[in-house]
Amino acid sequence: MLVTSPDAAAAATPPDAAYVRSRGHAANVVRKLLRNPIAMGAAAVILLLIVVAVAAPWLTPADPFETSMFHRLSPIGTPGSPLGTDELGRDLLSRLMLGGRLSLFMGIVPVLLAFFIASALGILAGYAGGLTNSAIMRTIDVLYAFPSVLLAIALSGALGAGIVNALTSLTVVFIPQIARVAESVTTQVRRSDYVDAARASGASPFAIVRVHVLGNVIGPIFVYATSLISVSMILASGLSFLGLGVTPPQPEWGLMLNTLRTAIYVQPALAALPGVLIFITSIAFNLFSDGLRAAMEVK
Amino acid sequence: MLTFVIRRVLYTVPIMLGVSFLCFMLVHIAPGDPLVSILPPDASAELQKQLMTLYGFDRSLPVQFGSWIWRALHGDLGTSIATGRPVAHEVARAVGNTVMLAAAATVIGFVLGGLFGFVAGYRRHTWIDRAASLVSVVGVSVPHYWLGMVLVIIFSAKLGWLPATGAGPDGSDAWVWDYAHMQFLILPAVTMSFIPMGIIARTVRALVADTLAQEFVVGLRARGLSEYAIFRHVVKNCAPTALAVMGLQLGYLLGGSILIETVFSWPGTGFLLNAAIFQRDLPLLQGTILVLAAFFVGLNLLVDIVQGILDPRIERS
Repeated sequence: MLVTSPDAAAAATPPDAAYVRSRGHAANVVRKLLRNPIAMGAAAVILLLIVVAVAAPWLTPADPFETSMFHRLSPIGTPGSPLGTDELGRDLLSRLMLGGRLSLFMGIVPVLLAFFIASALGILAGYAGGLTNSAIMRTIDVLYAFPSVLLAIALSGALGAGIVNALTSLTVVFIPQIARVAESVTTQVRRSDYVDAARASGASPFAIVRVHVLGNVIGPIFVYATSLISVSMILASGLSFLGLGVTPPQPEWGLMLNTLRTAIYVQPALAALPGVLIFITSIAFNLFSDGLRAAMEVK
Repeated sequence: MLTFVIRRVLYTVPIMLGVSFLCFMLVHIAPGDPLVSILPPDASAELQKQLMTLYGFDRSLPVQFGSWIWRALHGDLGTSIATGRPVAHEVARAVGNTVMLAAAATVIGFVLGGLFGFVAGYRRHTWIDRAASLVSVVGVSVPHYWLGMVLVIIFSAKLGWLPATGAGPDGSDAWVWDYAHMQFLILPAVTMSFIPMGIIARTVRALVADTLAQEFVVGLRARGLSEYAIFRHVVKNCAPTALAVMGLQLGYLLGGSILIETVFSWPGTGFLLNAAIFQRDLPLLQGTILVLAAFFVGLNLLVDIVQGILDPRIERS
């Protein structure tokens, strides 16, 4: 019999003692991450922050919007308001919990949007090469020629305050950075022998990108994108801090930091609290991203 | 070498053109009429038309861009809508303060970050290496505007050692090199230095570790060179990249100082941008951004050229 079924072929091959079925790349990455205490700690912090933010409407001990002229800027540890009250007498703990929603949202969403747009642009430029590459990358270079903070402020400043405007500006800020990484890894992969072989065997460009390129480039691009989340958090809160981005009375950590700035002589510890949360979130995302980078063995 | 420099300079021209175009478009992506902030709500259509003509908003976009860039090249960045003064004049007054602040921050950040990175790279996997990693993670993760607030709380509100805001006694912004003025620079500069410190520490550590692992260092050791002589070789090999990072960081600080300047009421370009945003003074916003972006592009060019001179391998690639 010339044609054997796969099962028969497998049965016919003698079992090789030295052969251990490889777990696959994804499983390896997860295993390495689970063994990295710093990355897992960071992941736990991120998870906790997200859970609290999402469930905030059911968790907040007081109404985060209810003002009280008689309880303005009460200190940390006041009965009924464990973290004190803000300059309008609103419960700070409740506002910090609810504020996490917008802060995290505005930190993560622009990076996510930029990740999709910039990956598409970068892979297209890297794989197509030639004129397409020049057209895309030279445009990207112009955006890249601005320091990111300046570009974010320029765009938000021109568009005006508002969540959508801030999200748009931040997405535009991150597109050139991610697209550059995407383009350079794609260019490397394109020059590899297996891509040449696929092309010689007549595979369409679309099929090559889908089968051979995407799987090899998306990891490094993703790792790079995760490292931008902390930058995005700081920038997004920074925009709100400047009065761009989130508008009152919505709670957001950067905006709260700005309005509490007037209270640094009266209640310094209280005024610094929203910033502590931005700091913790940003550090957790950075440490997790470092862990992911190590686990995925991306340089 | 000369061709490398010329090519690099020529490459900057289209970038600068693109950057100018983006700055030009800032006024046009803004929602509503660019004149909305000075027009009284009951302005007649005739007055509006007159002002449109005065500011040139009635012409086609390419024509506006052409004349705008032509005037910008001659140092005319338009007129501030809020104050009626020339934008170039306002920016020139502020940019010196920003450069001074950014330069002071770069020096502090580079000395401390470089030192940390160097020791950490030499002494891998010791406590000082871990401390350097901590410094670099904190440096890139800390919201610097918050750090500024915390420093103000500690050193101004609690201890009363340093002034909290401003750039000189009696609210003056005329700079003099004496302690009375210097003390206003300390807190914002230290705050700002945290931004490059972490990145520089991380870069230098990786550079030093990579260089020390190279075979030529083993060769030098084998030949019996002193640690100091080897140290000099390491420095020489790390310098070009470290300098490039430093140059870029200075550029980022110039553009990114707005938040820190806001916290400390430092009378620089960030303060100007802040005012422009609040008064929706788009020509001022546009002019300031253009000047800062041009600084950044120029600095990038300079860094590339210096790096090319220090490390001839770059020129060939």
